[in-house]
Amino acid sequence: MKQAVKFLCAGWHHRLRLLASILLLAINAGNTLEAQTPDPADWASVVAEARDQPLFFYAWGGDQLTNDYLAWVGQRIAAEYGIRMTHVRLSDTADAVSRILAEKQAGNSDNGAVDMLWLNGENFASLKTNDLLFGPWAEQLPNFARVNADANPDVRFDFTLPVEGYESPWLRAHLVFYYDSAYISEPPANVAALLNWAQEHPGEFTYPRPPDFLGATFLKQALLELVADSVPLYLPVQEASFATITAPLWHYLDALHPLLLRQGRSFPANGPELRRLMADGEIALAMSFNPTEAVNSVLRNELPDSVRTHLPDGGTLANVSFVAIPYNASHKAAAMVTANFLMSVEAQLRAQDPQYLGGTPVIDLSVLSAAEQAQFADSRQSHPSAPPLMSEGQQLQEPHPSWMEALERAWIARYGSR
Amino acid sequence: MSGVCLTLKDVHISLHGKALLQVNTRIEPGATLTVMGPSGIGKSSLLAYVAGFLASDFSASGEIFLGERCLNSLPAEQRGIGLLFQDPLLFPQLSVAQNLLFAVPRHVSHRQQQVDQALEAVGLKGFGDRDPATLSGGQKARVALQRLLLSQPKAVLLDEPFSRLDAHLRQDIRQHVFQTLRDAALPTILVTHDVDDAAASGGSVIELS
Amino acid sequence: MLRAAPWLMIALLTLPVLAGLSAILLPAFGYLPALQHNGFGLMVWRELLETPGIGRSAGLSLSAALLTPLLSLMLVMLFLASTSGTRWASAMRRLVAPLLAVPHAAAAFGLAFLIAPSGFLLRLISPELSGWQRPPDLLILNDPLGLTMMLGLVLKEIPFLLLMALAALPQLNADQRVNMARSLGYRPILAWLWTVAPALYPLLRLPLFAVIAFASATVDVALILGPTLPPTLSVRIIGWFSDPDLNQRLLASAAALLQLMITLSAIGVWIAAEKIVARLYRALLLSGHRRHGHALLNVLGKSLMVITLGTLLISLLLLVIHAFAGPWRFPDNLPAAWTLQHWQSVGPLLLAPLGNTLLLGLVSTAVAVLLVVAVLEHESRQGRKPAQILWAIYIPLLVPQVAFLYGLTLLLEQLRWQPGLLMVGFAHSLFVVPYVYLSLAEPYRRLDPRWQQLAATLGASPNRTWWHIKLPLLLAPLATAFAVGVAVSIGQYLATLLTGAGRVSTLTTEAVALASGGTRGTIAVWALLQAAVPMLGFAMAIMLPRLWWRKRRDMTGQLT
Repeated sequence: MKQAVKFLCAGWHHRLRLLASILLLAINAGNTLEAQTPDPADWASVVAEARDQPLFFYAWGGDQLTNDYLAWVGQRIAAEYGIRMTHVRLSDTADAVSRILAEKQAGNSDNGAVDMLWLNGENFASLKTNDLLFGPWAEQLPNFARVNADANPDVRFDFTLPVEGYESPWLRAHLVFYYDSAYISEPPANVAALLNWAQEHPGEFTYPRPPDFLGATFLKQALLELVADSVPLYLPVQEASFATITAPLWHYLDALHPLLLRQGRSFPANGPELRRLMADGEIALAMSFNPTEAVNSVLRNELPDSVRTHLPDGGTLANVSFVAIPYNASHKAAAMVTANFLMSVEAQLRAQDPQYLGGTPVIDLSVLSAAEQAQFADSRQSHPSAPPLMSEGQQLQEPHPSWMEALERAWIARYGSR
Repeated sequence: MSGVCLTLKDVHISLHGKALLQVNTRIEPGATLTVMGPSGIGKSSLLAYVAGFLASDFSASGEIFLGERCLNSLPAEQRGIGLLFQDPLLFPQLSVAQNLLFAVPRHVSHRQQQVDQALEAVGLKGFGDRDPATLSGGQKARVALQRLLLSQPKAVLLDEPFSRLDAHLRQDIRQHVFQTLRDAALPTILVTHDVDDAAASGGSVIELS
Repeated sequence: MLRAAPWLMIALLTLPVLAGLSAILLPAFGYLPALQHNGFGLMVWRELLETPGIGRSAGLSLSAALLTPLLSLMLVMLFLASTSGTRWASAMRRLVAPLLAVPHAAAAFGLAFLIAPSGFLLRLISPELSGWQRPPDLLILNDPLGLTMMLGLVLKEIPFLLLMALAALPQLNADQRVNMARSLGYRPILAWLWTVAPALYPLLRLPLFAVIAFASATVDVALILGPTLPPTLSVRIIGWFSDPDLNQRLLASAAALLQLMITLSAIGVWIAAEKIVARLYRALLLSGHRRHGHALLNVLGKSLMVITLGTLLISLLLLVIHAFAGPWRFPDNLPAAWTLQHWQSVGPLLLAPLGNTLLLGLVSTAVAVLLVVAVLEHESRQGRKPAQILWAIYIPLLVPQVAFLYGLTLLLEQLRWQPGLLMVGFAHSLFVVPYVYLSLAEPYRRLDPRWQQLAATLGASPNRTWWHIKLPLLLAPLATAFAVGVAVSIGQYLATLLTGAGRVSTLTTEAVALASGGTRGTIAVWALLQAAVPMLGFAMAIMLPRLWWRKRRDMTGQLT
């Protein structure tokens, strides 16, 4: 006993010194935050500044594959650039947006908690209109040339809003349906046809409850298919016409809900939970915004190998995922280096590999070397569960972001408290 | 070893305003004052007051002197008053020798040697490393007394120290304790309701009622 | 130094709660200058009351607040009555302590794995008995009435109340009371219910109020098992707080105040019901029932407790199975194959949350134990009875977390304090300190004062006495209190989420974040780790003192 006490006392001074030096380090770290804004045109100095910086990357954390992929990114940029990345796993990207807004209200303009965030659409709109984004910076990144934006103009728009270099693309995605061929032979041709299909297969389908991203996407997809004229959907929502334009959607949902799993009295929280319902055999038809989700899941034994992917005839919503840097980010250089890394051949190849993420690359393969193109071709294995290739005409553009929010609110008011 | 007197001067103790006892006495070195009376009368509170840890429910007045030294303002550990409880209360986490060592003041030289001698004196040589839980009742009582003596008290308080002992042991231990205290010339206060204890102590008796 | 300890502790535990509550007061009435809301009035309340489904959300919180403690209390009392004086009680005590260590979220996940339409229970009877080849379309999880959520809460609160009751019983001389009543002709269970239960109840009141406060405002259990259309009030508050439209914060503030009112009125209803029940109980007691219903009570008391604790144990076992399960299709009873895949995928992500969890748990508990020991030692040296004011330390347990933590976070944001480990650790200690106090105060006060007196008469100073005598004697309860503290810290979800701004990830936040997104395997791995760390703590708290004192017979008998 006495020895133990002596030991504690002997170690005390040493410990105190250690504590003091840690505190000093923390204070010094605080001081270096005041460094000048990094300029991506001078890339070498950005990389130099980023070395040893921490990076708080706020990104939706509800999907294991994406988490694993981002963990790999963290390891790679630590090895390559000495950046210590923390993936702050959000259950909803809006959390990060509200954090940045709250910091602005509190007058915190240089020491923000969020260094970089994964976003698109409505969150980009709300940050940009409130002047909460740093930039423009994205088009000056060395790897941005690989995206070949002139040939692929859609990377310059996020839900109809011009990006203007305030966010950097890192993945492409589009909506697909997947179904278990053990239970159903023929999926519905499109969302409009889903209603008839559901009458024949009650309880075999459901969708995530808005404001979940995938659930809201389903509403937009249905609306696009159900309206006669889609032009107003690409303009900001007008309160006066909202009810008229969306009437067919509510009519459709009122009829559909009793035919869903749990008779529409409960909805899954998001895409992964939808996949889990599929894995358990509770439903036979589901959807995803990652076209290769079915392949990934079959490869990981999470879905039975009887699952097939289906792309509706009329096409589906397609968009680009971006990363952005808040105006008050503490570690902008590290964020730029990471955004640049996400567009590297190495990162895009890994993202495409169904073993890891199975996403659609955002870089334009035609500008790559022949050897690199071959690598991408190799990793795109053919698999019975793989999605059919999407043709140009099948890509439906995202409506104006205000629609997403308006639809979510209307859905919650209508179905959110039964 | 020349002792000092323990003097209790006009000691009054009351509980919630109700007077419990009053004592005014002087105990010579080696002599024993026995306080007798039924339980609940405040015998133990007298010992607590002298030792220096009377609970705050009680109120007490009167001065306590060891020789010329007034103890009232001193904390218990500086009073030089030893105490034997009903139970031997050997610290269960310490070995027998460690129990004794704990009592030896720091300034004493050859502390370990003192401990060994104390054990030998009561026929417990070689018991130093034992777990106190493995000792017999009589052995425990003897160790407790040796521990008390090693702390070099100037006076001793006994709180019914023999009441929990088996009948056949009680006689022996009683003799041993009183003899030892007399030899050490320590003034002693004994609290008991056993008339045999009072008789064995050979000192004056205060009967409380 | 010691003298300041009680005041320091009370200030540490009450000021943040008061600050947090006052930070929501003004916004709830429309005043939030940072967002250019300078008006003052009831607009926010009107908006809150017009929110679709708000009545439903509030009703869910209120019913959970009342039903959870009621069911838990009845089960615990029945069980104790039917097992009084038997070996069951000590066996249960041993079983219950580690179950108490299981965080709410982990238990909720396990329960979901058990009772979902595709869960273990229905797999057991499918397809042989039920004929189901695919899971039935039943609304069990997230049911609109919140029954599943309440079941999850009851499962976790029963071990808590049981442990509190078992700790309180020794001071009641239960056996004596029962024997006396039996000699008057009462059957044992009724004897217990008539003579022990009324004496035990007052000692369980404070824990029951803590259960009410927790059940009315739980967030993690509600997220995993609770209704979604609409969710409980507490979940909606968190949603409004993190809405990109910052004006929703006014709504969140008013709703947090509403939450506080719901919790307080639940406690009020409970107190009112106490009076009525006490009168009925007295009438029933005096009616002279000696045997009536004895057999039924006997069966109910034992079987319901076995079912409850069994459910909890099977739920934990299911976490283990899922953590190693390969493909597991309905209606197979067991996985088709076993795999380490989930552990491998979690592995690289594990280090930071595990490190944070341990650091937060150990540091906040160390601070809490130091503080609580200082308070108790001060009390012991003064020789005084516990000060009345000490009830104030239970305030963080009685005020709904979501109400004051949300306000506290608003405040910290305004002060521009960087969210991080320090803030989270501080928030954890708000809950760790009361529980450490709850578990340490009794053993500390019960320690025989003669040890301290004896050491003093041997010339040892109070400090020397503390290090050499009291610390060793109190090692076992101190270790238990430490384990309790660590377990409480590990279970914190909301405190970590809000004060850490999501940047401080722990086993609990990771597990809950994956609640709807992860695969069952990864959820199981996180939940299992979340449960394993505090259980390991309890195991160590029991084993270490015994190993340490293996050569001291009288030091190993203490079961705490």
